[in-house]
Order: sequence, then C-alpha cells, then structure tokens
Amino acid sequence: MRNIFKITIKKTLPVFFGYIFVGMAFGLLLDNAGYSWIWSILISSVVYSGSLQFVLVSFLVNPVSVFSVLITSVAVNSRYMFCGISFINRFKNMGKKKWYMIFSLTDETYSLLFSLKDEKKLYENDIFLFLISFFNQIYWIIGSFIGAFIGDVIPFNTQGIEFAMTALFIVILLEQILSTKSILPAVIGLMSSAASIFLFSIENFILPSLFLSSFLLLAIKQYKLKGDKQ
Amino acid sequence: MDYMYAIIIISIAAIVTFVIRWLPFLLFDNKKKQIPKSITYLGDILPQAVMAILIVYSLKFVDFQTISGFLPELISVAVVIIIHILKRSNLLSIGLGTVVYMVLIQFVFIR
Repeated sequence: MRNIFKITIKKTLPVFFGYIFVGMAFGLLLDNAGYSWIWSILISSVVYSGSLQFVLVSFLVNPVSVFSVLITSVAVNSRYMFCGISFINRFKNMGKKKWYMIFSLTDETYSLLFSLKDEKKLYENDIFLFLISFFNQIYWIIGSFIGAFIGDVIPFNTQGIEFAMTALFIVILLEQILSTKSILPAVIGLMSSAASIFLFSIENFILPSLFLSSFLLLAIKQYKLKGDKQ
Repeated sequence: MDYMYAIIIISIAAIVTFVIRWLPFLLFDNKKKQIPKSITYLGDILPQAVMAILIVYSLKFVDFQTISGFLPELISVAVVIIIHILKRSNLLSIGLGTVVYMVLIQFVFIR
C-alpha cells in the first residue's frame, strides 16, 4: 500500500509542477478580483477545469448573462466530450470510483492515464488509477489556495498576471497543432473570431465564431470528400 | 461584488463540465454503438478552433491605437510560442510568458 502511494507520486510529478504553478496563477487572479482563498478552493474543487476557471474569473470581473456563461462553458470544455471515449471500457467496472474518474478527467489526467495503458499491471489497478486522478486534483487545489493566500498576505503588484490565461491557451493550441500536424482549424478559428467581432461585438463574439468555425470545418471536409471521389 | 451571481455561475460551470465529461460514457456505454463520423471529426478538430477563439477572447482589451496598447501582448505571445516550440514545457512557457508580460506593462509600457 505504501508502495502504491510512492508510485502515484512519482507518476504524477510532472502534473504536480504544472498544477501547483498554474493553480497559483488562478488563485492570485481570483484573489485580485476580490474573491478570497475560500472561493479558489471551492471553484477548484467543484469545477476543476483550468481553462474554464480562468474564463470564470473574467466573468466575475465583467459579469455577462447566465446564458452566455452556459454557452461559454460548453464551448470551452467541448473537447472533454471526446476524452472519455478512450476510457469507456476501463472505467466501466470501477463502481463508485467511476464517477470520480469521470469528474476528474482533465487534459493532464487524461494524458497521464492514457500513457499508463502500456503498463498493464498498474493500469489494471483501480485504486492506483483513482489515486492518480485524486492526487492531481489535490495539487490543483493546493496551488489555487497558495495563489490566493499569497495574494492576501504578500501584497505585490499582480497587474498583468491574467496573461497566464492567454499563455495557457497558446500552449494548449500549440500542442494540438503539433499533434494533429494541421494548422487549418486554428486559422478557421481566428478568421471566424475576426468576422464575428466585426459583425457582432467584442463582448459577444464567442458564440457566433464557434458556430461559424464548426460550419466551415464541416463544409471543408465535405468539399475534400467530394474532391477525393472525383 | 455579487456573491449570488458568483455562486450561480460557479454552479453552471461545475454542472456543465461534469455533464460534458460524462457524455461519452452515457452515449457510448455497453453497446458497441458506432460513433458518428462527423462527431469524431469535430472532436478531433474543433478543440483547436476553440482555443484560437479563446486566445482572441483573452486578448480582447488589446488596443491598436497606441504602441503601448498592443506591443506588450505581441512580445509576450511571441515569447510563449518560441519558448514552447524550443522547450515543450508547459510550465516554462506559461511562467516566462506571464513574467515577461507583467514586467512589460508594469515597468516598460506603463499603463
């Protein structure tokens, strides 16, 4: 049993560093917005989605309609819809733990669990998989707490810390481009954003640009299929 | 500060996130149902477009009227991209990019 804790810590170490520091940026940002460490622990415990949590902070500073929050949450996290597909069979017989495994399937936990598939003995162990997911969330919560706490105790100029969100999005995008070896979706996303800002407003462009991107990407695929057939 | 609003939007974010993560388990459990081609295609490709849109969203306060209104962002975005392509370390790219941005807007292009 002690051994399994050791292996878990060893395997989750890369996520540890990432989650502590990005979590800190989130905590600091939230603290800046006037919400203390209790809020950062709460949000990191129940939402547990890096990108969406940063967007939530900006909504707390500049409130938008509840409907916009709903749609943006769906859009920001839509990618998770496909993460679970890889684990349908693995989580099936995990009993109550299954629900936590699903809840805690972030990008980082997903890729860590996925990388363990080849280590059969570990991968077949329910308790081990659960500990991996659980430890990752603990790191995230601790990071969020430290960030908010530092913001309260050591007053320093945090102006500009919100760039951590932009940087996080850029890093995710670069990794996606490098793994799919295609830049087209990103270009479509940028063009749709520009068109939607022009047609609507900078405050309300996320939703239209999302629909526009989906439409264009599907249309391009149809066109390519036609070209292949001829 | 509107705590009621905060609680409401946190709840929405939490519920939506869970339901999205649960959806594949709900839809494709047990029966070896074939996942529609267009869904898997969008699943592969849409997240990239969403990230591009979010980058634009997170930079929406950029002001192209003055040099100090957009140069810090331009430099910091370039730093993140270059460092990330060279080192492939999420932590380093995010950390360095953020520090560069904070220094730029606090000391160089004071806002």
